[in-house]
Amino acid sequence: MSLSLRTAKSGRINRKKPLSFRFDGQLYRAFEGDTLASGLLANGVHLMGRSFKYHRPRGLISAGSEEPNALVGVDRGNGRYTPNLRATQVELHDGLIAESQNSWPSLAYDVGEINNLLSPLFVAGFYYKTFMQPKQAWKNVYEPVIRRAAGLGKAATAADPDHYASRFAHCDVLVIGAGPAGLAAALAAAESGARVILCDEQNELGGSLLAELHATIDGVPAQTWLEQTLAALVAKSDTVTLLPRTQCFGYFAQNFLGLAERVTDHLAQPDPRLPRERLWQVRAKEVVIATGAHERPLVFPDNDRPGIMLADAARIFANRYGVRAGGRAVIATAHDSAYQAAIDLKAAGVTIAMIADLRKEANGPLPMAARAAGIHVETGTAITGSKGRLRVKAALVGKIGTDGEESVPCDLILMCGGWTPSVHLFSQSRGKLVFDEAKQVFVPGHSAQQERSVGACKGSETLIEALNEGFAAGRDAAEKAGFAKGKARKAKVSGVIEAHGGFLGAVPHGHDVNRVKAFVDFQNDVTAKDIKLATREGMHSIEHVKRYTTTGMATDQGKTSNMNALAIAAEALGKAIPAVGLTTFRQPYTPITFGTMAGHSRGDLFDPVRRTPMHGWAKAQGAKFEDVGLWKRAHYFPKAGEDLHAAVARECRIVRETAGLFDASTLGKIEVVGPDAAEFMNRLYTNPWSKLEVGRCRYGLMLNEAGFVMDDGVVGRISANRFHVTTTTGGAARVLNHMEDYLQTEFPELKVALTSTTEQWAVIAVQGPQARAIIATLVEGIDLANEAMPHMSVREGKICGVPTRLFRMSFTGELGFEVNVPADYGQAIWEAIWAEGEKHGAVAYGTEAMHVLRAEKGYIIVGQETDGTVTPHDLGLDWAIGKAKPDFVGKRSLTRVDLVKPDRQQLVGLLTVDSQIVLEEGAQVTLAANPPPGTSALGHVTSAYHSATLGHSIALAMVASGRARIGEVLHVPMPNGAIAVRVCEPIFYDKDGSRLNV
Amino acid sequence: MLLIPCPHCGPRPEIEFRYAGEAHVARAADPGAVNDQDWAEYLYFRSNPKGIHFERWRHVSGCARFFNCVRDTVSDKILTTYPAGEKKPDLGTLMKEAGR
Repeated sequence: MSLSLRTAKSGRINRKKPLSFRFDGQLYRAFEGDTLASGLLANGVHLMGRSFKYHRPRGLISAGSEEPNALVGVDRGNGRYTPNLRATQVELHDGLIAESQNSWPSLAYDVGEINNLLSPLFVAGFYYKTFMQPKQAWKNVYEPVIRRAAGLGKAATAADPDHYASRFAHCDVLVIGAGPAGLAAALAAAESGARVILCDEQNELGGSLLAELHATIDGVPAQTWLEQTLAALVAKSDTVTLLPRTQCFGYFAQNFLGLAERVTDHLAQPDPRLPRERLWQVRAKEVVIATGAHERPLVFPDNDRPGIMLADAARIFANRYGVRAGGRAVIATAHDSAYQAAIDLKAAGVTIAMIADLRKEANGPLPMAARAAGIHVETGTAITGSKGRLRVKAALVGKIGTDGEESVPCDLILMCGGWTPSVHLFSQSRGKLVFDEAKQVFVPGHSAQQERSVGACKGSETLIEALNEGFAAGRDAAEKAGFAKGKARKAKVSGVIEAHGGFLGAVPHGHDVNRVKAFVDFQNDVTAKDIKLATREGMHSIEHVKRYTTTGMATDQGKTSNMNALAIAAEALGKAIPAVGLTTFRQPYTPITFGTMAGHSRGDLFDPVRRTPMHGWAKAQGAKFEDVGLWKRAHYFPKAGEDLHAAVARECRIVRETAGLFDASTLGKIEVVGPDAAEFMNRLYTNPWSKLEVGRCRYGLMLNEAGFVMDDGVVGRISANRFHVTTTTGGAARVLNHMEDYLQTEFPELKVALTSTTEQWAVIAVQGPQARAIIATLVEGIDLANEAMPHMSVREGKICGVPTRLFRMSFTGELGFEVNVPADYGQAIWEAIWAEGEKHGAVAYGTEAMHVLRAEKGYIIVGQETDGTVTPHDLGLDWAIGKAKPDFVGKRSLTRVDLVKPDRQQLVGLLTVDSQIVLEEGAQVTLAANPPPGTSALGHVTSAYHSATLGHSIALAMVASGRARIGEVLHVPMPNGAIAVRVCEPIFYDKDGSRLNV
Repeated sequence: MLLIPCPHCGPRPEIEFRYAGEAHVARAADPGAVNDQDWAEYLYFRSNPKGIHFERWRHVSGCARFFNCVRDTVSDKILTTYPAGEKKPDLGTLMKEAGR
């Protein structure tokens, strides 16, 4: 470490705790309490990155989160790589590894710097103008090349091994920013008894006080007051939550705010149980915004060389981190605050070559103090350029209005164009900004939510204002949140000298404006010339200028650049600044990781996984599973050497020959109970229910009010007032919501209760000629004979001693039962039935075989044959409609003109002329084999399988006027030629249903 | 995220609710007597205002009840909520209460 760059004693670093870190492979030393930025500066390193477009060498310009240039990647090992971090916010710990971005082969010798020489090509709008032709080249050639050349850091490719937490919080008063204003507000609110959260983006609470060496507050040095205030807040830890390293990144509706807390990145060896970051979603009764202000750079030619930075940043590095940013500084300013920087830097051992003040006169107390300290001040003097390449070597300064220019050797140029209040969060809260003509800044105007701004972020310029506004705001916020009005208090401040001034726009200079680059937006490489060009090319709104030039659109959202860009555009357009307008401030205030946003919602926790009670058995049998909604369903049960096709063929064959067991537990189940249950069913389903006998079942069809099929399922009448309704697997929640909607809002007079029982019943379907024989020995108290328990009936009894609702029903076309048992008994009963089934040679079959078996019978699946535009008539399900019923949901719509058109698509079967070809589901069906482009299809294939039972392929399709086309040959055009298909009835097996009634 | 005052449970975060479309779109007592045009209006035409909107929400992860809500679609401010089936509140009174 170059000790000569450290100040003698000042700073909050711990000089007893040295540490080492690497930047671009080089080992450096620093102290605990340093940031990567201060650590590098202490080692004389200013070159920290290359600019986005021109690959110009860049150093940092700021000391905080507004930093546009010094973006680095930090590698924490094991795939933990984070790009685009601001070096000014990266806290050093021993062993930290960081690297620069956007340069090759090295930061000092970057091939991409050629872009700087080619820069006449890269003016604003250059992408839009240059890369127009040929059309395809944008995607294949231009964009990939540009993306590689112009860039930020590279995202990590390995999965992120860290975990991230997320929590909700409620408070009476949320204070954002822990500078003097925020601390005063938090203290006043806490003293009223309010629950307070105080957050700050920095590692230490204190804001500007952390670099304050002269002020005294209430008779003690500022940093002592800070300690005492924090101690007072910590003492109230039951009501006060202090959150350092926590960025308030978004202000949303109804005082809902997002905070991102960095929990472990600053630790060399974090406890692996800790989350890396934590998202706080805070609902605050009242909010105090105390986010401070950003110092503005000056826009002058070559204002971006390493070694050129904001004046107050250099002061912070000296006072807070004990680092001299250079040995000999030229200070260019239009604001008194830079004089304080000059005084502090001089005291820290930096030679101040001169202060060049743009203002005609600078006779405020601070400039006078600087002169008294022997600092050379030139007023009416502009900085007009700089020299140097990887580090600034000289500043060019000249009297305004003359062509004279003097080269002043230096290794540090400090600039200060004044201060821009940080109104981002206020603006996000939808408050209205107003332009303060006197101070030439936008400040908070009318509030839209329960918030107030205090201190520098509302344009206040002094420490005493910040403190007193903070006290008043904290007291007011607590009172509005329902607490007794606290004591009014005022701070006593001494030792600070007031600072005023400011400048917006481009600094005047005598150079050829077409040859120099005076940067406005450092991160996106936007110059003053670009903004003027945009206005000449017709961009008259700042929103257009922004998009055309990309100014303010980088990851820093133009924190340091927006006001200068606006002023340059306003001047070029000959308008006042408020007339040109301000661009919208958006969340997040600083970039937030995806990890923070995702929290625990990743991997297995991204979505719940639903498993049936028999899942374990299926898994042990080697079943392959498929996702159906959130459910894991057994897709097929392959034996050794079988693929899907072979397994499904075997499963289907054995079901038809003998029997099969199928896990139908995922079907939605709703218990509809009450004296008006039958009437409710009459109104919600197309079918008539009043006359359905107890113990019988019916296929129920549900429509939405527009007359389209929304769900179906078998419904059993358990008693006069009780129906056991089943729904499709995916439709269960939707159907219950639909039922509740009508019950609560349209038919509230009906006495009915609805209960989801999906997860209470395990359902074992036993299907096939041997189904009855298999369950006969296990069932108690139910006569299973065909005459006693015919197809479509339901009985209550016991199986293996467990209560069951036993349905006789079929989704395969075979004799079938569905055994409903309480879910906890599901696997045991399954195993008992399986043991019986094995004696008969039964098979376990999965959803794929289920699909084939039902398609052979032409049974539809809602969502496969239907798409929300299909009526019962389209499906040939007129028989399921209770035509005598006066009303049911969807009935009125069935007679709408469009729903009775004869050319509507109807469900049909398709048989391929070449019987072994299996059609592709979703493929279009056309009249001609090679229809000319633009011809509408007649419909599409909805289901297609190879039927092992029939020895050929089968398909279901929705085809215009389909039923009138039975016998016709149509075509399914495919990339390798059209497939000829013959239209048939949508049933392929056991048309008379004789296998069901045995 | 909105804070929605459920008329049965009190203020709860938006994630507990599901939106359910415009409120006070009544289903005819005898849909069979409604002509095609009016029925199409009932099915498909909604007011979609910029400003005050009467809308339905369901507190699906709470009491599971549908209720009505008056929300300003510009500011997202909720003026009031009330149980399903209650009369539409008077907008003038609401605006006065909201101080506008």
